[in-house]
Amino acid sequence: MSTVVAAKPTGSLQGARLPKWFPYALAAGSVALGIGISFAAGLESNIQWGLIAAILFVVGTYVIATRVEGKRQAKDRIATSLVWVAFLLAVVPLVSLVWVTVARGVKVLDIYFLSHSMGVVADNEPGGGIYHAIIGSLEQVGLATVMGAPIGVLTAIYLVEYGRGKLAKAVTFFVDVMTGIPSIVAGLFILSLMLQFDMQPFGFAGSLALAILMMPVVVRSTEEMLKLVPNELREASLALGIPKWRTILKVVLPTAIGGITTGIMLAVARIAGETAPVLLLVFGNPFINNNPFEGAQASLPLYIYQQYANSGGAEAAYDRAWAASLTLIAFVMILNLGARGIARWKAPKTGR
Amino acid sequence: MDITTKNSTDNPPPAPQPTAVEQKRASRGATRPGDRIFLGLSRGSGILLLTIMAAIAVFLTYRATLAISKDEGNFLTTFEWNANLNPPVFGIAVLAFGTVVSSIIAMVIAVPVAVAIALFLTHYAPRRLSGPIAYVIDLLAAVPSIVYGLWGALILVPNMNGLFGWLNDYLGWTGIFSWEEGAPRSMLTVGVLLAIMILPVITNVSREVFRQTPRMNEEAALALGATRWEVVRMAVLPFGRSGVISASMLGLGRALGETMAVATVLSPSFLIQGSLLNPGGGTFAQNIAAKFGEASEYGRDALIASGLVLFVITLLVNGAARAIIARRAEYSGANA
Repeated sequence: MSTVVAAKPTGSLQGARLPKWFPYALAAGSVALGIGISFAAGLESNIQWGLIAAILFVVGTYVIATRVEGKRQAKDRIATSLVWVAFLLAVVPLVSLVWVTVARGVKVLDIYFLSHSMGVVADNEPGGGIYHAIIGSLEQVGLATVMGAPIGVLTAIYLVEYGRGKLAKAVTFFVDVMTGIPSIVAGLFILSLMLQFDMQPFGFAGSLALAILMMPVVVRSTEEMLKLVPNELREASLALGIPKWRTILKVVLPTAIGGITTGIMLAVARIAGETAPVLLLVFGNPFINNNPFEGAQASLPLYIYQQYANSGGAEAAYDRAWAASLTLIAFVMILNLGARGIARWKAPKTGR
Repeated sequence: MDITTKNSTDNPPPAPQPTAVEQKRASRGATRPGDRIFLGLSRGSGILLLTIMAAIAVFLTYRATLAISKDEGNFLTTFEWNANLNPPVFGIAVLAFGTVVSSIIAMVIAVPVAVAIALFLTHYAPRRLSGPIAYVIDLLAAVPSIVYGLWGALILVPNMNGLFGWLNDYLGWTGIFSWEEGAPRSMLTVGVLLAIMILPVITNVSREVFRQTPRMNEEAALALGATRWEVVRMAVLPFGRSGVISASMLGLGRALGETMAVATVLSPSFLIQGSLLNPGGGTFAQNIAAKFGEASEYGRDALIASGLVLFVITLLVNGAARAIIARRAEYSGANA
């Protein structure tokens, strides 16, 4: 603070500030110096000159800013650059993930790929497709949604509209606990049932595990949405002598339907990508099996895993795995974007 | 107030008495078949959920005791997994170690970075940039774990060579970072991949929390002449602390139970490696996925036993998170 007077004799109330271009200039300088030093010292690794440049930049910023602007400003500058660095650092892998999936996925992704199974194609040969996996995924996820969504929504209705007392508290607590169950544990639970009753893998077993994973997510999101419905609406309906169940069905649910649909779609997107329970319970099958109640089935995430793990490093199998990944991501993203669209379109009108 | 209520006496006074009337009405309402069915359905769903939770605990425990009773080794301390042998020998020591270590690495990397990104989005990024970026990170949280696994195995692993060599050269003397020139399919790679996976999750929740920092607090700090970092440190972080903790616990839960991403990246063995860079070790979920294909019926029971341990660990973590949040809520600035 004492430097203010010395640095700014013009009588301005502002403290001395470094020019706007200062961080950029310093960054460029440190990168150049970093490369120079590593050349001079004969270092090969990219990480090293990056690290040297980063250290130069941080130390340089701190020293220069402390001299010109004071310690507090220097700390502020360091924090700003650290936050930017963290962001850029995290962007690299995430961008790489999306980029690689798209770039390598489009190689074999075509109508043939989408409409044929792996039936007679060996895992390390080119050809084949994911038709059987798409069928399996759609059936398993569809059945899971048919079971999980209504139970989840009804539980949320119970918690918001009826729930008082011990039962509601217990349900709330265990829904929280259930949200944290790893998917493989849900798979093991159904597996233990299958071992108990001596059953072979089939699609519906996977659906059961997926439904268990889906329920708590649906309960949570639906609960939030139902809580947003204004009480005046319920009271108005009840005051007209309408029974509670019709009030819920005709007034409360329609008001919140946008948010509930969004929640269900997000839950579907989540379970569509689950691999572990499907691996344990549905087992995988290179042939087309349209019946989820008998015999092993395939599913998209499981197909990706098996193409990766069972092919012994064949390029053709990796290409198929990437193409299936792209299909799966596209499916999940469409569900996500659709859900957001519905949420915006049906968003409850806030008070006037 | 008094005057107005006296003028419209008929409205407030019913308040005490109506409880009886309302109860009668409510009970009459409940006798309507529609109401009774609907209440039954919704309460039934709630009870079904509780039953499922109980069934999970009971069945896992039952199958696990079947397995453990025949185990020739010590279930907690044996460094082996030969559940198909007769008599079987298996133990979870390596798995527990690997699960904890990989999750710790993931948390150490992911939490600071995620908090920094959340701060970046709420307080540092240009407004026009922060909206779309937040949206994209939201979508990235939905990318299935198997895709992260595929990316980790085919892209991340080859790219870890440089970092591993560097760590070995300069930090190898610590023992933790020594490397015997194998494929970098080790605990550190797993931890890095898990960190990348849970990053969007932690970021999203933290961002929501930071965004709700009372505007008043921030402006008060600014008015006192605080720099942006001081605003963050004095107003934003204290307010968001419990939110960040719960976000981290959410991420930790994911990391502990993650199966496919670990199974594709790690080359497992039943050894506890002193170095994070040498391949080996395993996690509960990864071991289940890897050993399941070749497991006999008895071997499956053994895997269920290890799954039960994972289940208990995640329950403890979730419980701890809830306890922390409940306690912090009393002290947080939000309620002041």
